[in-house]
Amino acid sequence: MQKDCTITGKIWLIIDHQNTLINDIDTDMIFHNQYLAITDIDKMGQYTFDNLEGWKDFVSKAEKGDIVIVGKNFGAGSSRQQAVDCFASLGIQAILAESFGAIYKRNAINSGMPILTITDIDLSELSQKEKITIDLEKGTVSNQYINIQPFSKVQFDIYKAGNLFTFGKKIIEK
Amino acid sequence: MGKTIIEKLIQLHSDEEVSAGNIVWMKLDIRTARDFGGPNVVKNLEKHYPDAELPDKENLFFTFDTVAPAKTIPYANNQQICRDFAHKNGLKVYDVDAGIGTHILMEKGFARPGRTLVGTDSHFNILGAVNAFGQGMGDQDIAFGFRTGKTWFEVPETIKINLKGAFSYPATGKDLVLFILKKIGSKGALGKCIEYFGECLQDLPFAEYITLCSMMTEMGGIVAFPEQNAQVTQWLKERTGEDQKFIVADEDAQYAQKNEIDVSGLPPQIACPPKPDNVKDVSELKGLKVGSVFVGSCTNGRIEDMRYLADILKDNHVAEGVMLRVVPATREVYGQMLQEGLIDIFFNAGAIVSNPGCGGCASGQIGMTGKGEVQISTSNRNFKGKQGDGETYLASPVTAALAALKGEL
Repeated sequence: MQKDCTITGKIWLIIDHQNTLINDIDTDMIFHNQYLAITDIDKMGQYTFDNLEGWKDFVSKAEKGDIVIVGKNFGAGSSRQQAVDCFASLGIQAILAESFGAIYKRNAINSGMPILTITDIDLSELSQKEKITIDLEKGTVSNQYINIQPFSKVQFDIYKAGNLFTFGKKIIEK
Repeated sequence: MGKTIIEKLIQLHSDEEVSAGNIVWMKLDIRTARDFGGPNVVKNLEKHYPDAELPDKENLFFTFDTVAPAKTIPYANNQQICRDFAHKNGLKVYDVDAGIGTHILMEKGFARPGRTLVGTDSHFNILGAVNAFGQGMGDQDIAFGFRTGKTWFEVPETIKINLKGAFSYPATGKDLVLFILKKIGSKGALGKCIEYFGECLQDLPFAEYITLCSMMTEMGGIVAFPEQNAQVTQWLKERTGEDQKFIVADEDAQYAQKNEIDVSGLPPQIACPPKPDNVKDVSELKGLKVGSVFVGSCTNGRIEDMRYLADILKDNHVAEGVMLRVVPATREVYGQMLQEGLIDIFFNAGAIVSNPGCGGCASGQIGMTGKGEVQISTSNRNFKGKQGDGETYLASPVTAALAALKGEL
């Protein structure tokens, strides 16, 4: 599977009442444990953010191809893959965060969901649903008010291969 | 250049040069999946590696601890998917009677110094208590580990924390870890390891090492390694039949940070909703009315925790209107509670005692809180909605027991 190294889409700035990016969004806010028996990815999208104050209607607003922008320590908490897969289920193209929970980061990388770490962002210059283009390999964004780190090597290798399993076939053969 | 504990530990499992920041391939000694995540591990394996032979099967397990026994048909189906797969492949299942997976790995001696162990439980890093590298992972990671016996890992940096001074009862290991969380915050160890040193660790019972290590997840960290003490040494000898020596860091190891936290005379701590790092002295909340109390979880579900509770409840009854729920971590702990007469004490005190497992944390197996209900929980997370619509406060078994008895803090 050959994948694009650039992504273009509308942004959702996941902000609170003070207009700052929400920090510490944990996996129960992203995909609550009451839905954990769901194993079919097509059924996961509908529950995304349904326990996140102010964003419970995210699913009705988001569209395929959108990009989600969040604060620090995104995806803290449990190891559930559903908290990544629910975004894939909605067709979200990428997640940008000021930092990620360690397990969440791995889960996203392994499933080929592009996640990128923000080094600098100026929210006062950005508006909801603005369109941006991201170069994953170079780590550049078309909008100068968002700066990100490029993919790491292993992240890029897995992304290009599709996911950890397709990438890992080489490892198994070794 | 010297190495930290995590660098040495990963190096034992990798052919590549291991130092913080490098991404390396690492061999996994023990791979597990539980009833959360497990069915998707099976799904992933069947989709990507149909009929493939799994390597090192005697070190592959399923552990059912989150919804034990299954209370809904979807959970029952999920557990059966894991059982059928295990049966077909000749893998061992620690079923719904057994208790929390990480605790079973310690009890059975699978978790020991220098080993790498993974599972679909974000508190797998609890195994740092026995100087093992436990790591919670998602179902794709675990499926890959089942099939290959390997995983990629970005070698974490380490923070060295010296705990200065001593503390004593009623403060326990739980108060210690809550206090550390207050000091460093929910992102204080984000993506990093911690090595703990200090005089106060020398007297800490093994159960409280587990407590200390379990809340590494709430600090955003990878795994915490407290220095070896006599009680852990004793436990490991009983469980593995051998003398076990902890891996220690080199003197010239490179640390991301070195901190000192003064814990002398530490008073009991409590984490207020909705975040585990929203920690205060219990005395600041004196008089807070309590509706329910949960004692258990991977953080405080050992026999030592149950003894703290029993000491306070013996010949007493919980306050009118308070619901006390007690969940042992494992079947072994349950058995000890029976033998030592603790279940009698809890029964007479008006408590509900359930079979072992994750209890209150996962899907409210022993009940959830309703809006406005105040719960004192010995678990590790009080995020909004995690254990119901109520307000969850995290505290030690001692604080929880006193709250149950008085109906207030």
